[in-house]
Amino acid sequence: MKHLVFAAGVLSATAALAADKPELVVYTYDSFVSDWGPGPAVEAAFEEICNCDLKLVGAGDGAALLARIKLEGARSDADVVLGLDTNLTEAAAQTGLFAPHEVSANFAVPSDWVSPLFTPYDWGYFAFVHNADQDVPSNFRDLADSDLKLVIQDPRSSTPGLGLLLWVKAAYGDEAAQIWDGLADNIVTVTKGWSEAYGLFLEGEADMVLSYTTSPAYHLIAEGDDSKAAAPFEEGHYMQIEVAGKLASSDQPELADQFLEFMVSDAFQSIIPTTNWMYPAVIPAGGLPDGFDTLIRPQASLLLPSAKVPAIRDAALAEWLSALGQ
Amino acid sequence: MAERARSVNRVPPPVSPVGGIGAAVAIAALMGLSVLAVIWRAGGVSGLTGADWAALRFTVMQALLSSLLSVALAIPVARALARRRFFGRRALIVLLGAPFILPVIVAILGLLAVFGRNGWLSVGLGVFGLEPIRIYGLHGVVLAHVFFNLPLAVRLLLQGWQDIPAERFRLAAQLGAGPRDMLRLFEWPMLRRVAPGVAAVIFAICLTSFAVALTLGGGPRATTLELAIYQAFRFDFDLGRAAVLAVVQIGLAGAAALLALRLSGQDGFGAGLDRPVHRWDAQGGWLRAQDTAVIAAAALFLCLPLLAVILRGLPGLLDLPDAVWRAALSSVWVAGLSTVLLLILALPMAATLAGGRWLGVEMAGLLGLAASPLALGTGLFILIHPFANPAALALPLTALVNAIMALPFALRSLVPAARDVMQGQGRLALALDLRGWRFLRLVFLPRLRPQIGFAAGLTAALSMGDLGVITLFADPERATLPLQIYRLMGAYRMEAAAGAALLLLVLSLAAFWICDRGGRGHAGA
Repeated sequence: MKHLVFAAGVLSATAALAADKPELVVYTYDSFVSDWGPGPAVEAAFEEICNCDLKLVGAGDGAALLARIKLEGARSDADVVLGLDTNLTEAAAQTGLFAPHEVSANFAVPSDWVSPLFTPYDWGYFAFVHNADQDVPSNFRDLADSDLKLVIQDPRSSTPGLGLLLWVKAAYGDEAAQIWDGLADNIVTVTKGWSEAYGLFLEGEADMVLSYTTSPAYHLIAEGDDSKAAAPFEEGHYMQIEVAGKLASSDQPELADQFLEFMVSDAFQSIIPTTNWMYPAVIPAGGLPDGFDTLIRPQASLLLPSAKVPAIRDAALAEWLSALGQ
Repeated sequence: MAERARSVNRVPPPVSPVGGIGAAVAIAALMGLSVLAVIWRAGGVSGLTGADWAALRFTVMQALLSSLLSVALAIPVARALARRRFFGRRALIVLLGAPFILPVIVAILGLLAVFGRNGWLSVGLGVFGLEPIRIYGLHGVVLAHVFFNLPLAVRLLLQGWQDIPAERFRLAAQLGAGPRDMLRLFEWPMLRRVAPGVAAVIFAICLTSFAVALTLGGGPRATTLELAIYQAFRFDFDLGRAAVLAVVQIGLAGAAALLALRLSGQDGFGAGLDRPVHRWDAQGGWLRAQDTAVIAAAALFLCLPLLAVILRGLPGLLDLPDAVWRAALSSVWVAGLSTVLLLILALPMAATLAGGRWLGVEMAGLLGLAASPLALGTGLFILIHPFANPAALALPLTALVNAIMALPFALRSLVPAARDVMQGQGRLALALDLRGWRFLRLVFLPRLRPQIGFAAGLTAALSMGDLGVITLFADPERATLPLQIYRLMGAYRMEAAAGAALLLLVLSLAAFWICDRGGRGHAGA
């Protein structure tokens, strides 16, 4: 009980402290706010220019973030939601909770994806990551015919897992079910989230793990380790474009607009590559960090239209479950 | 129910049952309100899909197998530990509790380091030209659940053995009873009394398994109810279905509790003079060898994955980021608060259950374990959000939920001993007009000291390691150690995460050891 009182005290104390400055509340996914994510640097950089208090609130991953917004509805404290991807934007738009933005920038996203409600801040390609000395196939059919062992994430509980589901669907359409049938004996196991899968791969439980083309950049830049590589696939790679949007119920609409502008500026974009390990949506003046030039660049970028994702994903999930559930 | 309670009881209890009933009502209200909040927000309930029914079948099957196997394997281990005294026995018993308190992902990686495709066992088999073992499948799920729960079952059964007064064994030995007679006279009745409850608790824990079942089950074949709830929440945003699934989960645990109550008898052994147990019947060379083999096998099975966790964690332990230490402090806070909350709930409930058979109180004690953390957390969120910022309450809420989760273990340990106190000292207390608070202070609490220490230690350790509901409310300043481990892994920092996991292991074991030790005092056990 004492702690409740204490917590309430802290809450009112911080509220009082910030009373002279307006507060901007940004809901995002948990790994964004973590000490090793972009959060701390983003907060410091924005507070330098906004004369405000930027409050980042973490809520699971992208899908959990959307569920949180739906739960809170128009009574949400949030002004901005940062961390949805294009697979979630249709469902997010349908809530009617988001307001149009007026952000324009020289986007370097290899896609013609645009939305009146959401602004991209980073993007990446899904890819199978493996040890660099391993010979790997260059498409899903060869992968299915190989003896290589994979670990993937469950699309029902993980954003990359859903990304893989849509990757196979975007590349193979009606033949997607066959691909999954072929892959079933390669898949060692399916995990709840990305961390579990990547951990299993690093322990040697599988030859390849579903991750991002940018994953080897982490090992190279942060650890000086060039032993990891991403496998280029001839079908092209499915994209994840991460976006942010302003809530219509925001009590700080100008500040929210200012944050979205800041989000596509150099200060924010130069933080992204080596904290979120994704490509920045706008190339910062300094260019990409050393090491990003070693990454594979897929021949084709795949992305299903956001509006069609909700219908496609339910059918694709059914195919996935029936292929792997045997 | 009140009538039943009167007929079962031989003496009226010296403590009023009101406190325990109050605690049970509070817990049931919290659970009920959070489910109702989800249903209210959904605007109704929705029906289950075919996939949900498949998940229900798989969940019940794996939980049943896991609980039966855990208890069946725990019986010989607990028996061997009860009969033997050897150097390092206490340390081994404390260490055996460790699997239970590890964050799921850390335990999975530890298990796979031993049993995985590239694990020590497979590498060892490879030396002899044998195929690596395939861990993924139903057997993998059960193996992992036994790894988590066997130690718990051993501890609770061991307590059952220790509750048999030493005088009984002494008298029986003087009358020439051998191990077989001891089994028939004391051990079997004790097991009938204790084992069903232990099995029900483990069954309830396994009902909410998700990451373990999915990962070691090898894919969507191993879809559990908790995963179905996850899907309903985040994939379909069908809150009505999520609430129904959460109620089904709780209903299953309730059914298990009822069954366990029906199977277990009521009577204890009465009081002894608290002498250390000496087993004259088990001195034979063959029995000695048998017990040694059983203890060694269990220690190997449980300690090898722990050794893997320790070895993986050592390199990262020396260079932990400051944020990990801050999170460790939060976790110690949560563990302390959780332990206090647990004792406030558990002691009155134990006193009530010791005085009579209160079905509702028994059931409330098991509820927390079967409540889906996601559904409970979401319900609490809906309840709190209109009045306060849930993130500001993240730590106390996590402590409360963790306390409720630890309650069933605490009760399993407290209630049998409390019953013996009531039956052994109740009559005398009434004759001396020791009632209510004075009875609790002078008789009840001092005699339950070992069980209270164990329950407090278990809660502190469990609360330290549990992710709980904090993931739903997290904000940057208030992270617990398990959450920080996940964050490190999410940021590719696997070595630092392994170091933080080792720190968590050390902190949890220390918390357990301190409480357990404090409770034991000078007792010879």
